[in-house]
Amino acid sequence: MTKSAMDVVRAARSQEHISDQEIRNQIFEDFFELHGDGLHGDDPAIVGGLATFHDHPVTVITTSRGKSLEERMKKHFGQSEPAGYRKVLRLATNAAKFHRPVILFVDTAGAFPGKSAEENGQGQAIAQNLLKMSQLPTPIISIFYGEGGSGGALGLACGDQVWMLEDSMYTVLSPEGFASILWKDASKTSEAAEVMKLTPKDLLKEKVIEGIIKEPENHEKVIQNIDQVLQEQIPALEKLSTEELLDKRYARFRKF
Amino acid sequence: MKLFQHENTPSQTHIKADKVADDKVPDGLIFNCPKCHTEIFADNLDEYATCPNCDYGFRIAARKRLPWLVDGFTEWDADIEPSNPLNFPNYEQKIAKAKKASKLNESVLTGKATINQTDFALGIMDPTFIMGSLGQMTGEKLSRLFEKATQNKLPVVLFTASGGARMQEGILSLMQMAKVSNAVARHSAAGLLYIVVLTDPTTGGVTASFASEGDITLAEPHALVGFAGRRVIEQTIHEKISADLQSAENVLKHGFIDHIVKRQDEKRTLAWLLKNGGQIND
Repeated sequence: MTKSAMDVVRAARSQEHISDQEIRNQIFEDFFELHGDGLHGDDPAIVGGLATFHDHPVTVITTSRGKSLEERMKKHFGQSEPAGYRKVLRLATNAAKFHRPVILFVDTAGAFPGKSAEENGQGQAIAQNLLKMSQLPTPIISIFYGEGGSGGALGLACGDQVWMLEDSMYTVLSPEGFASILWKDASKTSEAAEVMKLTPKDLLKEKVIEGIIKEPENHEKVIQNIDQVLQEQIPALEKLSTEELLDKRYARFRKF
Repeated sequence: MKLFQHENTPSQTHIKADKVADDKVPDGLIFNCPKCHTEIFADNLDEYATCPNCDYGFRIAARKRLPWLVDGFTEWDADIEPSNPLNFPNYEQKIAKAKKASKLNESVLTGKATINQTDFALGIMDPTFIMGSLGQMTGEKLSRLFEKATQNKLPVVLFTASGGARMQEGILSLMQMAKVSNAVARHSAAGLLYIVVLTDPTTGGVTASFASEGDITLAEPHALVGFAGRRVIEQTIHEKISADLQSAENVLKHGFIDHIVKRQDEKRTLAWLLKNGGQIND
C-alpha cells in the first residue's frame, strides 16, 4: 500500500527513526567530536567531528534532537542556532583543506527562531553556508533522516548530493503553516501535505534529491542501507576533478 | 514516548504573518509614520517617500527608485514571469494583481545601470509584488543578474525587500536560495564587488541567502531586517520581544550591517563605493 503524504509527515516526525547517536556510532566506528564554531559558541543541536568510513577519513555532521527532556530543551529539539551553522561551516572548511568528504545527517524542523538567534545573525549564518559551501573543493553529501524544514535544512544540504530515508520530508514550511495560508485552516494539514510535494518520491521526481534510501523497521538494516549508498557515492564524487565537482554542484541548483 | 507528539511541537506550530506590519505608502491625506508615529501630510511626501522626522523609507515599487537613484538604466529579462508549479489555488490571480501594482512580471527588477559614468548590474526587489517574495523566477532573474555581471566584469548592487520564500511555489522557492547564492559565490570568486542595500522588510529566506552575502551591506533607516517572524519568535521563547529587535539599527549594533544610509544619500554613497570599494590594487 502506498503511503499518503500525511503518512510520510507522521513517519518523518516519529521517534522510531534511527537516532543521530546511532548514525555516529554505527556507520562510523571511531567518531571523534569537534566542538564549537571557533567564534563564540558551541551549539549542541549540531554534533560534528572526525571519523573513518571503511578506513577512509571523513567529516561527519549530524543534527541532534536529544533524548531526555533537559537535553532536548538545550538542543532546541534539533533546531540549530547560528553557532550551529557556523560550526558546520568551520568543520566543512577544515574538511576541504584535507580533501576529506563531508557527510551531513539532517533531521530538523528548521533553524531555531529565538531572540538570541536573531541577534547573533541566524540569517547571516545560513547564508554564509550557502555561499561558502558552494565553493568547497571536497565532496559534500547530505542525508535526511526525518524532517527537513526550510532554510534551516537547506543550510545543511547545499552540497553535491541529497539523499532521503524513505520516511523523511523536505519542505519550504510546515504543512500546518502551508494549510493555514492556503485554506486559513491549520487542520487541513493532510490536504496541504499532498499539494506540497514533500515526500521523497515527489522530490526525486523534481530532482531535488539524488535518491531514496529504504528504511525498514530494523535499524541495523537502515544503517547498512546508508553505508551502501555512501560506499558507492563517495568514491564516485572523489573521482571528479575539483572543477568538475564544483561545476556539477553549480548545475545541480542552477536547474531549479 | 508520547511527550513530544502533541500538536505544539516546533514542526507543527505556525503563526500567521503580521498584516498590520504591512506598511505601504498609505492612501489617506494624513497618516502616521509606522516607525516614529509622526503625523505626515501625504502632500509633503516627495519622490523619496521617506518620513521627514525619522528618515524611514516607505515600501515603494522598484521602478519608483530609478529616477533618483541612477543616471541610466537598461532593463534585463523583463519578460520572465512566474508559473504555477504546485497548481496553487488563486495563485494566478495573485500574480495578475501583483503585476498591475508593480508594473513588473516578477518580484525583482534587474538590469544594467549607471551612476556617474560607472556601470553596474542593479537589482531592486519589489515589496508591492507579493511582498517581494522569492519565487522560482525571482531566483532566475537574480541568478542571471549575477551571471551577466560576472561575464561583463560588473559590480552588483542589490536592493532587497522580501517576506521570504514564496510558499505558493513550495520547495522550488527554497531551492532559489542556494541557486542565487551559488551565482553570488562565482561573482565574488571573480573578484567583483557586491553591495547589498537592505530595505523594509528583508526577512526569511532572503535574509538567509543573498541579502547576507555582500561585500558591503547597507540598510535604510528603521528597515525591518530579520530571519524568523516576530510572532514565531515570541511563541517559541514565550516572551515578548521588543519591536526594535529586528530593526536595521539593532542589526548594525550586533555586527551584521556596515552602514545605515537614508534614501536621499544612496546615490552619492553608491557612487563613492562603486568607485572605491571594488578596486583591486595591483
